[in-house]
Amino acid sequence: MKAKIRKIATFVEETQREMDREIAPPTRKAAAVAVIENPCAGKYVEDLAELMAIGEELGELLTARAVAALGISGPSAESYGKAAAVGENGELEHAAAILHPKLGTPVRRVLGKGAALIPSSKKRGGLGVVLDIPLGHKDAAFVRSHFDGMEVRLNDAPRANEIMVAVAVTDSGRPIPRVGGLTKDQIKGQDGLR
Amino acid sequence: MPEVLVRKKITCVEEIFHEGGPVAQKPLRRAAALAIIRNPFAGSYVANIEGFMDDLKPLGLEMARSLVSALGGDANAVEGYGKGAIVGSAGELEHGALWHVPGGYGMREVLGGAKAIVASTKKVGAPGTRLDVPITHINASYVRSHFDAMEVGVNDAPRADEILLALVMTTGARVHARVGGLKASEIRGEDGLR
Repeated sequence: MKAKIRKIATFVEETQREMDREIAPPTRKAAAVAVIENPCAGKYVEDLAELMAIGEELGELLTARAVAALGISGPSAESYGKAAAVGENGELEHAAAILHPKLGTPVRRVLGKGAALIPSSKKRGGLGVVLDIPLGHKDAAFVRSHFDGMEVRLNDAPRANEIMVAVAVTDSGRPIPRVGGLTKDQIKGQDGLR
Repeated sequence: MPEVLVRKKITCVEEIFHEGGPVAQKPLRRAAALAIIRNPFAGSYVANIEGFMDDLKPLGLEMARSLVSALGGDANAVEGYGKGAIVGSAGELEHGALWHVPGGYGMREVLGGAKAIVASTKKVGAPGTRLDVPITHINASYVRSHFDAMEVGVNDAPRADEILLALVMTTGARVHARVGGLKASEIRGEDGLR
């Protein structure tokens, strides 16, 4: 393992009621978060290949954890997202190196498909910083019922020389979607958009 | 007494490999189960609330079971526990106290009669309020290596007329415990203290 992991956390949220209406089946979201050492902290590093390789490892590990936390098979996942928070001695570009070049391929391998862009967010912050992981349908980015987000935070991360990396997966959209747009049964699934 | 209406359930698991020292042979795992329920007494002073403790017992048991399952399924692996509650702004601290009996009952039932008092905390708070749930050894409160806490909370709860109920379990000592005191191996296990 290239990543030096201090801690892995998983979160599952299951919504059973919303505005006093029963949600059946409940909507469910899971996020897996790894807290790793930032090998590039404290100095300017031109070549970020090491972080890209770490992103590839974490893409597989965190997606597998999130899917396991939901107790579903990868292909049953409906939406996904990713995010990273860099500790204060790091650079925003370190989050980009982890998230963008190589993390997506193993995510899609675990989920079976994933034609759509994986929505993402990133920031630099201190201990307890909040990550809002954006969520979108994994096969068709325009499915409006699945535009969502999941908040995660850990009180003790990221330390100055650490990075928090998160992958979120759901088996559903928002609890009571009713703002129209493309629905999941209308997905053509060719271009990742519709 | 009123029906227990659950809006949302959350499970968080942390797996801690190290905290700057040697990597643990067996990582410490902490898990929290949260349930966000409607507070049937919100908005006015209700004198007689005690009966609701019995109504909460099945939920306590279910949450305790879900924690054991989140920690790998073996109740014998659980060494620490704690509980807590956050009451939404239209409620009263005393409503949080309703969780003492059913929360503790659920965990003891699942853990086969743990002897130590379940460490606990509670407060009134807004959505997003965090709670540091205290943790102590399940059979002997004075085991110093197991004094710990887990921060829990969620961005959208408790709403004014809700209560967030929490149970926490851990699989061992702090990851680099080294401040002496009673050891888990020295427990007599008679009085719940030593």
